[in-house]
Amino acid sequence: MCLGIPGKIIDIYEGYGLRMGKIDFEGVTREVCLAYVPEAKLGDYAIIHVGFALSLLSEAEAQETLAMLRQISDFEIEPSLPE
Amino acid sequence: MKYLTEYRDADLVKKTAAEIARIQTRPWIIMEICGGQTHAIMRYGLDQILPPQIELVHGPGCPVCVTSLEIVDRALAIASFPDVIFTSFGDMLRVPGSTGDLFSVRATGGDIRVVYSPLDAVKIAQLYPHKQIVFFAIGFETTAPANAMSVLQAQALGLTNFSILASHVRVPPAISAILSSSDNRVQGFLAAGHVCTVMGYWEYISLAEYFSTPIVVTGFEPLDILNGILHTVRQLEQERCEVENAYPRAVTKEGNLPAQQVIRQVFQECDRNWRGIGTIPKSGWRLRPEYSQFDAENRFSVTDIQTIESPLCIAGKILQGIKKPFECSAFAGECTPENPLGATMVSSEGTCSAYYRYRIREINNG
Amino acid sequence: MDDQTPSLQGAAQGATCPLPLPHNDRIVMGHGSGGKMTHDLIKNVILPAFKSTTPYLGDDGAVIYLPDLPTPPQRIVISTDSHVVTPLFFPGGDIGRLAVCGTVNDVAMMGATPLYMTAGFILEEGLEISILIQIARSMQSAAEEAGIRIVAGDTKVVQKGRADGLYINTAGFGVLYDMQEINGSCARPGDKIILSGTIGDHGIAVLSARGELGFAADIKSDVAPLNHLVGTMLSASRQIHVLRDPTRGGLATTLNEIAQQSQVSITINETAIPIHSAVQSACEMFGFDPLYIANEGKLIAFVSAIEANKILDAMHSTIYGKEAVIIGEVVNEKAPGRVLLRTSIGTHRVIDVLSGEMLPRIC
Repeated sequence: MCLGIPGKIIDIYEGYGLRMGKIDFEGVTREVCLAYVPEAKLGDYAIIHVGFALSLLSEAEAQETLAMLRQISDFEIEPSLPE
Repeated sequence: MKYLTEYRDADLVKKTAAEIARIQTRPWIIMEICGGQTHAIMRYGLDQILPPQIELVHGPGCPVCVTSLEIVDRALAIASFPDVIFTSFGDMLRVPGSTGDLFSVRATGGDIRVVYSPLDAVKIAQLYPHKQIVFFAIGFETTAPANAMSVLQAQALGLTNFSILASHVRVPPAISAILSSSDNRVQGFLAAGHVCTVMGYWEYISLAEYFSTPIVVTGFEPLDILNGILHTVRQLEQERCEVENAYPRAVTKEGNLPAQQVIRQVFQECDRNWRGIGTIPKSGWRLRPEYSQFDAENRFSVTDIQTIESPLCIAGKILQGIKKPFECSAFAGECTPENPLGATMVSSEGTCSAYYRYRIREINNG
Repeated sequence: MDDQTPSLQGAAQGATCPLPLPHNDRIVMGHGSGGKMTHDLIKNVILPAFKSTTPYLGDDGAVIYLPDLPTPPQRIVISTDSHVVTPLFFPGGDIGRLAVCGTVNDVAMMGATPLYMTAGFILEEGLEISILIQIARSMQSAAEEAGIRIVAGDTKVVQKGRADGLYINTAGFGVLYDMQEINGSCARPGDKIILSGTIGDHGIAVLSARGELGFAADIKSDVAPLNHLVGTMLSASRQIHVLRDPTRGGLATTLNEIAQQSQVSITINETAIPIHSAVQSACEMFGFDPLYIANEGKLIAFVSAIEANKILDAMHSTIYGKEAVIIGEVVNEKAPGRVLLRTSIGTHRVIDVLSGEMLPRIC
């Protein structure tokens, strides 16, 4: 239910009576349905699941999450090897 | 890859794990209900980097694993009809029914095709007007908008040869069922990020309150998962039980409203039998009566379904986090990925399959 | 014979045995009959494509003379393979190139010098002969690149609907000049593992060409003959213990096979494994693991640690080895047969063999 990956919208057009787009996944491109992200513009990034864009990615929120985690103190932890 | 690689940063991952260890004072049991999260935990070995007193249990988050045996048997029966092209997501091909799987139907002449998107199934229906195209519409809420759109598309195109075998499941009733169980050990939940991308997380607020259990919306990359666990452990340590969003770049509280509207238009709530667990009330979606001509269960009369579940399979207990795969007598013996007895051994992120592939040698070697 | 009486021969032909139409554009069942049509197909279509200078004798086998060598070969290596890929043509190659390179590589991975191969065609009724010519020419081009000759073959035709266009079965023949052992059971603790380049290119290129998943990828199959690369490596060092090309089942399956055969334990580093971004993206989209995807122009080598850098340097000077890297090593551990991956975040997971078909997932 969860395999959704980010892709960049590089083309938007009407197809099959639906709002469709071409998504660039860095070396791979695919046609995707944009019906559920009517606000999407060229250059936006979206989460794509089974050929549908489910939401646009917020750059601001993405940066905030990373910034918050970077502020955590520097305490090293060593992962344990399996037995 | 943008929005992916940053969340796999080794240093940040280790820092976050260290912070979890720093704030944790007691053992905690946290469940994730999402096959994708199970997969990520296994793939990155995240449990190795967590403090040993944080136990991660893998809930019934893999739609492949929880699709009822009866529906799988129905799928096998429909796929065996001549003139049917049976289309499905790849995950479902190896799920064992009572007497075989879709692979075995293909081996005896069934036309079974893997599709990536439900719209591809609609295209196949247009290409083969003299065949009946059936699409196996399984999934959680994440996949429902796509599956619903395939029905609307078929309707808009006036197709009379397309139908779906629908078996959708919903997360909130599953959480409720798990937390209500007398065996329950789970103290905190990671909510599935992409389910919440569609549905938002407002549905979880009453659950968190009623069961006094923190629920944190979590993504899928290693950093996202550890961040979700960090939020959950913080809440547990502070005795809070709220819904928090640790995946804000893709999830909002209200979710995707156009998608929810289409789901409501095409589907209606129903009781759903979760394989291995039993019937959970109002935990599923089925096609509304006005779309019944696209319902494969109406179109194909399939009677005499005799479901036979392996008596050895304890997938239900595993899906509820009550037992681990290596506690099953059949694990890695009669039940392997090549000869799965239950769905949790089939799906690549089914708990048993993940334990088999990533762990079994360790267990064998002590 | 007077004019009123048609010749018996003519009548017989007209009534019961019409002269067969010259089927010049598509394969028909007659091409597989073993009679004149088969011979004509071989003589007029296949052999010219293979640039064969030897007269077509029509014998069951080819007699070949081993080249004059300063050191007589001690052993011969024989391999066999069948090629059933669809589609027949894909970015970076075709079934013909695949057949030749696969055969050459099987022999080369034993440390042997490939010299000759056979090609048995199973052709589907209706196949355009122009396609057969194109494939045969591609085979010849690959054979020339590898420096081998295609010397014997067979042709069969099956009814329409079977054989996906065509299948090719091959056998390869090579020679080993000395007693050096290079095979899957020779890996030793301490050996470094070298991978000659990016993984997953072939599998993803073919998948995108098939069209079922509806994506376009900026990637070509890596299909290539690796015998010259192997020759360069062996000239640089004798301390090469195992060579193998990770074809079906990918790198993970091949490492497991060697770990089992040699009864050793292997650790590889995820961050060391080169993956083309298009392959990475396709795997992310469909839930594939690049470790299990087929390669047709890559090799792995288990070599002595002290010689590893020297071998790597030699590889970097070749076309098909210029991206070679060390990806791991054979460790001294109590878990023989186990392959462990050190992930990008420093944890470890066991890498098992591929189980069944790899399918795209939604979860």
